Amino acid sequence: MNVYLSMLIGYILVNNYVMCQFFGICPFLGVSKKFDTALGMGMAVTFVITLASFITWLIQYYLLTPFNLGYLQTIAFILVIAVLVQVVENALKKLSFSLYQALGVYLPLITTNCVVLAVAINNITDGWNLLEATFSGCCSALGFTLALLLLSCIRERLELSNMPKWMKGSPGALITAGLMAISFMGFGGLI
Amino acid sequence: MHKKQNFLSVFLNGLIVENPTFVLMLGMCPTLGITTQAMNGVGMGLATTFVLVFSNLFISLLRNIIPEKVRIPSYIVIIASFVTLIDLMMQAFLPDLRASLGTYIPLITVNCIIFARAESYAAKNPPILSIADGLGMGLGFTCSITLLSCVRELFGSGTIFGLQMMPEAYQPMAVMNQVPGGFVTLGLMMIIVNFIRTAIQNKNTRKEAAA
Repeated sequence: MNVYLSMLIGYILVNNYVMCQFFGICPFLGVSKKFDTALGMGMAVTFVITLASFITWLIQYYLLTPFNLGYLQTIAFILVIAVLVQVVENALKKLSFSLYQALGVYLPLITTNCVVLAVAINNITDGWNLLEATFSGCCSALGFTLALLLLSCIRERLELSNMPKWMKGSPGALITAGLMAISFMGFGGLI
Repeated sequence: MHKKQNFLSVFLNGLIVENPTFVLMLGMCPTLGITTQAMNGVGMGLATTFVLVFSNLFISLLRNIIPEKVRIPSYIVIIASFVTLIDLMMQAFLPDLRASLGTYIPLITVNCIIFARAESYAAKNPPILSIADGLGMGLGFTCSITLLSCVRELFGSGTIFGLQMMPEAYQPMAVMNQVPGGFVTLGLMMIIVNFIRTAIQNKNTRKEAAA
């Protein structure tokens, strides 16, 4: 139980993939202009990462390791993620159309979100078992969502503020993210 | 008005006009993640350039064969193959650099620059121009991240490419080597680039108005 608690705090606050490790910066800056879109993206990512961690773990230990195909890891994982995103998109369209409409636009973007691949690879490097890997995926995704939501709230306010023209948009967002990262450093000693 | 494309103009477009880091804002994760030392910036940039040139070439050659519906998985497999190739090559010949770049090497696969160029350029243009585009974009990326990592290394450790630059008494700013330093440095550099771009644009409009 202790492992899971420290994972929960660790991946959401202390080792947040976006704020403390520089993964998933593109969607972090790209879809953080509005709170609603950020929420949609966060939910879609959480769903896909949790599933992807589960499946890539199975692939690694039941397919790649027994047949000595470790060098195919990147190709195998990214294919699984690309297919998974496609499957999730089609399944959502059939099962819950309202959810599909809310998340639909963001789903194809998830393939190139590097948090997904990074979590899958790190799960194997860290040597988690199946349950731990899935849980760590879920927590990492929640950490991503948290960072995304926080930045989107700040950026909604920034839009209304009076900034120099050359600072509007991405430079402003980057500096805001820098200040957020400093505050996340404060969680450093928790675990 | 359609400007004729040749090797050089496509190359320069990638290198300067549409610089992937400062203008298109693509590939932000390696840009921020590994730029704590100038050497890492050069290594990462060249590895990405290699993958970009070859993936552009092959996607361009196969552009009439790959069906529209499965293009995303096809592109990803082509890109991932070259990433695996460079990853294994670096493990064999440059193990130290590979170790300091860590997970970011397999993550070149999901670098949005490569994917974006495959989708928006290589899928529509002949092989030679696609190579020029890959080379320009790749070197544009290399230059920007090397510049960024020089600035971060200078303030974070007082060195550039491992050579002592700052006086002995200089206290390195540890925060430059951490996440906040990366965000803020890139933000400030982007402000400078935007400032120059607006200045050039204003000059051009004034020239046009005068003429």
